[in-house]
Amino acid sequence: MQKEKVITAKELTKRFGDFTAVDKITFEVEKGEIFGFLGANGAGKTTAMRMLCGLLLPTSGLATVAGFDVFKQTEQIKKNIGYMSQKFSLYEDLTITENIRFYAGIYGLADERIKEKTGLLIKQLHLEGQEKTLVRALPLGWKQKLAFSIAIVHDPAIVFLDEPTGGVDPVTRREFWGLIYEASERGITIFVTTHYMDEAEYCNRVSVMVDGRIDALDTPANLMKDYSAASMDEVFLQLARKAVRTGD
Amino acid sequence: MQPVIVENIVQNYRTKKSVVEALKGISFTVERGEIFGIIGPDGAGKTSLFRILTTLLLAESGTASVDGFDVVKDYKEIRNRIGYMPGKFSLYQDLSVQENLEFFATIFNTTIEKNYDLIKEIYQQIEPFKDRKAGALSGGMKQKLALCCALIHKPSVLFLDEPTTGVDAVSRKEFWEMLHRLKLQEITILVSTAYMDEASLCDRVALIQKGEILSVDTPKGIIGQFKKPLWAIRANEMFKLMNDIKENPSVESCYPFGQYHHIVFKTQENSKENLENIAKEGHYTDVEIKPIEPNIEDCFMALMTN
Repeated sequence: MQKEKVITAKELTKRFGDFTAVDKITFEVEKGEIFGFLGANGAGKTTAMRMLCGLLLPTSGLATVAGFDVFKQTEQIKKNIGYMSQKFSLYEDLTITENIRFYAGIYGLADERIKEKTGLLIKQLHLEGQEKTLVRALPLGWKQKLAFSIAIVHDPAIVFLDEPTGGVDPVTRREFWGLIYEASERGITIFVTTHYMDEAEYCNRVSVMVDGRIDALDTPANLMKDYSAASMDEVFLQLARKAVRTGD
Repeated sequence: MQPVIVENIVQNYRTKKSVVEALKGISFTVERGEIFGIIGPDGAGKTSLFRILTTLLLAESGTASVDGFDVVKDYKEIRNRIGYMPGKFSLYQDLSVQENLEFFATIFNTTIEKNYDLIKEIYQQIEPFKDRKAGALSGGMKQKLALCCALIHKPSVLFLDEPTTGVDAVSRKEFWEMLHRLKLQEITILVSTAYMDEASLCDRVALIQKGEILSVDTPKGIIGQFKKPLWAIRANEMFKLMNDIKENPSVESCYPFGQYHHIVFKTQENSKENLENIAKEGHYTDVEIKPIEPNIEDCFMALMTN
């Protein structure tokens, strides 16, 4: 049986002047898959992600996200994806429920549904009694767990996570991955970048970008076999050391 | 005299409604010429501690000295002796690479030529871009320039606040190789990081969480404190397996670690059999069970949940 594809990219390319940031990348991501998107600083990850989120027009190639074209249907893409990063997530000067209400409202959820989702989310994250706490007062790990739950409050086809766990303590980092697994079991596709190579091993499949290209794409187990490596860290180092380009 | 002595340092931040306890009375000492790591997540108090030791923040209580000088009374002397690389890039973005370096050399009453030996190896990597504005450098190059500027007056103690945050695995590795070469020049290095795996690259580490030090020791010593046997398991369905293991009453903790889950049992008898039974009852395939040595992250989690 052919699984439903949530992302298809064919020779997707982005050039800035004579600099090719993303160089003909071709890959597919299946529904419910946890897809790790790795690469050294400057390899082109952010540019590729921005194109897939409908925020940046590609130079050439083809791609669809949640069935929508990245050239022509960027507004539909934005409605059908979720996004969170370490840097931008929630409004610090709003309370927990205000943040949920705000994002759910932006995504067009009905009042009834927002109420229902708020209750569910508070319970799932064990935040009972803290509904009126300002997000500013939450520890980073809690913020990130809340931000993830809010990024999927509208049940998107796919959620893009840009280094969601940087600086988070090791226990909370694992709780965060628990949330990722649960979302994936519900059929939400996860597209995640990380600098933690142990987290790369939690992914169903992993791609590694080098100088704008996808130089490797497979399950972590197969990649480790192919590169005779004991960990994804070693795989990553072998690939990233080939890079000619430097920096961000 | 140890180059860094910290005694019972307390730091609180007050807002109208609440008090954040950033440092709850921490103490440790750093030996001459060692790489001492302050390892902990965001919000643990690492930056507050660095700002107190670099005389940029007055502690609420407690005492600290750097190179034998008091951080409050002798702040001017300390500022001449230390190098400091803050977590946030703090060089002049509108000056060129070379201008930044000259600026810092002049401020410290020295010249680039005088201490060029110390920075040569690092500076040579950014020298091709010496006329470029610092603001236009890539992250990795900014980091190298910041390190050169922090070293140009040949400090006796170097403070590096999260130098590898947001840096990819290759650049992180290169950065640590640079630190190990600096150590050979007898510079004492205090470095903070949220990456637990970097602990093994330090001579000694302080594990810090919520303003408290969990443990100070060599990386080996920290691992030696982990007393209970640790088991690793992998199988076909890892998420379901983790939930099954956590539900087992004999299990104390179960955390995912890459391809494996790491498990500690409450009592040590029949640990292997317990895991085999869980795997059998859940009809898992491709099961692998083995005893393993803990790493720093295992230790950190055990200490922080104690």
